[in-house]
Amino acid sequence: MVKGIEIRTSPHLKRALNVQQIMRSVVYAMLPICAFAIWQFGLSAALLLATTTGAAVATEAWFSRLRGAGNTVADWSAVITGILLGLTLPPGFPLWMAAVAAFVGIGLGKALFGGLGYNVMNPALIGRAFVQAAFPVAITTWTPAFAPSRFVELIPTTLTAPFMRPESVTDWIAGLGVDSWTGATPLAMQKFQHVETPAWDTFAGLVSGSAGETSALLILVCGLWLAWRGCLDWRIPASVLAGAALTALPFWLVDPGIYPSPWFVLSSGGLMLAAWFMASDMVASPVTPWGAIIYGVFIGALTVIIRLFGGLVEGVMYAILLGNAAGPLISAWTQPRVYGAVKKVQAKS
Amino acid sequence: MAELPKHQEDLSLDTFVRGLWKENPVFVMLLGMCPTLAVSNSAINAISMGLATTFVLAGSGALISWLRNWIPKQVRIASYIVIIATFVTIVDYAIQAISLDLYAALGAFIQLIVVNCIILGRAEAYASQQRLVPTLVNSLGIGAGFTIALFALGSVREILGSGTLFGLHLFGAGFQPWVVMVLPPGGFFVLGAWLLLFNWIKQRGERRADAPTGVPANAR
Amino acid sequence: MTNDVQVEAPQAPPDATPTFAMLRTLGGISLISGLLVVLAYQFTLPIIAENQRVRTEQAVFRVIPGAVSKRDFVLTDAGLVPAGEGVQGELIYAAYDADDRLKGIAITGVGNGYAGPVTVLFNYDPACQCIVGSKILQMTETPGFGDKMETDPEFLKNLKALDAKLNADGTALINPIVTVKNGSKTHPWQIDAISGATLSSNAMGKAANTAAQRAAPTIQRDLAKLTAANHTGQD
Repeated sequence: MVKGIEIRTSPHLKRALNVQQIMRSVVYAMLPICAFAIWQFGLSAALLLATTTGAAVATEAWFSRLRGAGNTVADWSAVITGILLGLTLPPGFPLWMAAVAAFVGIGLGKALFGGLGYNVMNPALIGRAFVQAAFPVAITTWTPAFAPSRFVELIPTTLTAPFMRPESVTDWIAGLGVDSWTGATPLAMQKFQHVETPAWDTFAGLVSGSAGETSALLILVCGLWLAWRGCLDWRIPASVLAGAALTALPFWLVDPGIYPSPWFVLSSGGLMLAAWFMASDMVASPVTPWGAIIYGVFIGALTVIIRLFGGLVEGVMYAILLGNAAGPLISAWTQPRVYGAVKKVQAKS
Repeated sequence: MAELPKHQEDLSLDTFVRGLWKENPVFVMLLGMCPTLAVSNSAINAISMGLATTFVLAGSGALISWLRNWIPKQVRIASYIVIIATFVTIVDYAIQAISLDLYAALGAFIQLIVVNCIILGRAEAYASQQRLVPTLVNSLGIGAGFTIALFALGSVREILGSGTLFGLHLFGAGFQPWVVMVLPPGGFFVLGAWLLLFNWIKQRGERRADAPTGVPANAR
Repeated sequence: MTNDVQVEAPQAPPDATPTFAMLRTLGGISLISGLLVVLAYQFTLPIIAENQRVRTEQAVFRVIPGAVSKRDFVLTDAGLVPAGEGVQGELIYAAYDADDRLKGIAITGVGNGYAGPVTVLFNYDPACQCIVGSKILQMTETPGFGDKMETDPEFLKNLKALDAKLNADGTALINPIVTVKNGSKTHPWQIDAISGATLSSNAMGKAANTAAQRAAPTIQRDLAKLTAANHTGQD
């Protein structure tokens, strides 16, 4: 590092944000969401976020040492991956499984591809997809939000010993004295019982779900701040949300008794978090303006299709991973014409 | 008549050992991926598949080597395939006679040994040119390498995927199985991890060989 | 068609292989192959047959507790025919206790699950016209989800008393056995699906339904043949 006063002649151009600044802004934007998650789910959520972040940073440090190419922890990207991963997991998710998810996400999702900038898919989602396939029961075990004792005791599954199966939380939940707990998130209630949770509850985040996905409102505010700072391409979240709403609309118009309203689609599950913080991953999304829109609409539409017709309750994770996979192709298709260049014409001989 | 073999290999320890490491069909040549990924979800399946393939390799290799001077070039593929199919059929009956449960677990992959490229590859590249005894030894080595590789995958997948090895519980009742490991993606993950390990060991060996004596390779 | 198409004279390669050699080799190899395969088949045939017998017997005795002997029958249009009389068809297994009383009848059914066919052996009780037990013979369902069919006590309760009553003509079930959504079972002929494994549970329902629809009418018609004292063949 060079210290001292740097004197430059004109022109005094405004510098673009560097990687580290962007990454740090994203971390700041996620802090309110983390705070809300901890307020909502208590100590377990705090430990979960600390574990995923710590494991992600440790994995990043280990792989960058193995590669012998300088420490890449300082670029903050591993911190983002860790926090994002923690936000997408159920609050009572066993910590050892969360650490596995962080290791797989950073190791398999990023380091093996060559580190930041070379990852084809969003590392946090790779980690989550792995634990979804490996521990299908634990990742669909939900606990009620705003449990009265959330700041004095942990959800019993949190401290499961490594490699051991988490115990059942049914008895613990029964002992909490939470009324009308069905063990299902709003998404599952809608899908299997066709009961739509009041829109304000899902939008404000007064429901159960993954640690940081519940409050659509808060995520929206934080996301808008990031977009204003220029840290993400607003086209991506906007088109993801538009794609999801437009895909859900016709089904809802045909039979509102079975299909969810577009409003519910937008405010429930992990769609809002994924649209603002994961689909917009700078490395794994297309770079062209039209590409970003096509990519976003593709993700939004696919999410709704998986939610409505797939075996899973939430589909945004697989939708984004598929969108990431299609990203380079979309970029290649939507190359803008270079200014002044003419369309390729058949060469005359 | 078939053209005369260019080089007759003398029988040596290397004839066998080569198949284990230097020419390991799975980890080095990346052949026979279909059974490798499909039936390595438990150690016993992996070993059975490895042994069945070894038997077909050795049997067909021996017969092809013995008949090599009578097999005209024009009909050699047809001859090899008939011979390989014969041994696969025998192995198919043998596994049914040994255990029907095993037969059900291995499923269509027993019959699919016919199209395992390791076997036709060895027939074409080795058995058709070499004498009977070296062929037999080499086939057994390749087969052993294949079996070891499958076991390496199968044991990891079984331990993580069901907490057992050869059906014996290793961790007690509370173990959380990593379901993905016994599913097809688990095969890819574990194969990738083993390839990583093998290449890392190999690369480290080469680096050590290149480095001047006394000076560590990474010295600045 | 033009005239300048040149027909190349067949050029004999320098080391032309006589047709005879090729025929001789292929013929010889086929002969060896044939011999080996037939030998292996003849040698393993009795062992495989014995394996299969032991396997079905174990499965039947497990699904019908208390059974000590069994007799196999073939389902035909004309009724039940004791197996081994040259009649081909689907087998059912009548199981008897130590006093030669009919304990139950094992019938097989197949349903398509999430990852492939699920083959199940059911214990059909002709007296109450219901299915009172089950055992999965073969399946490839997802571990952690579909294989709960074997372990989930709530789900297995469905198959302890599953109504399979015949209609007045005795040709089909009054109420076909169906799988219903988790938590919505209201009738004894319904199977409550496992939450998260609906497709696998559906396969179980389909298997039970096909098994009962096909076997129950014939069994009820020919019940006398099954309950008759068991003195033939079984040793």
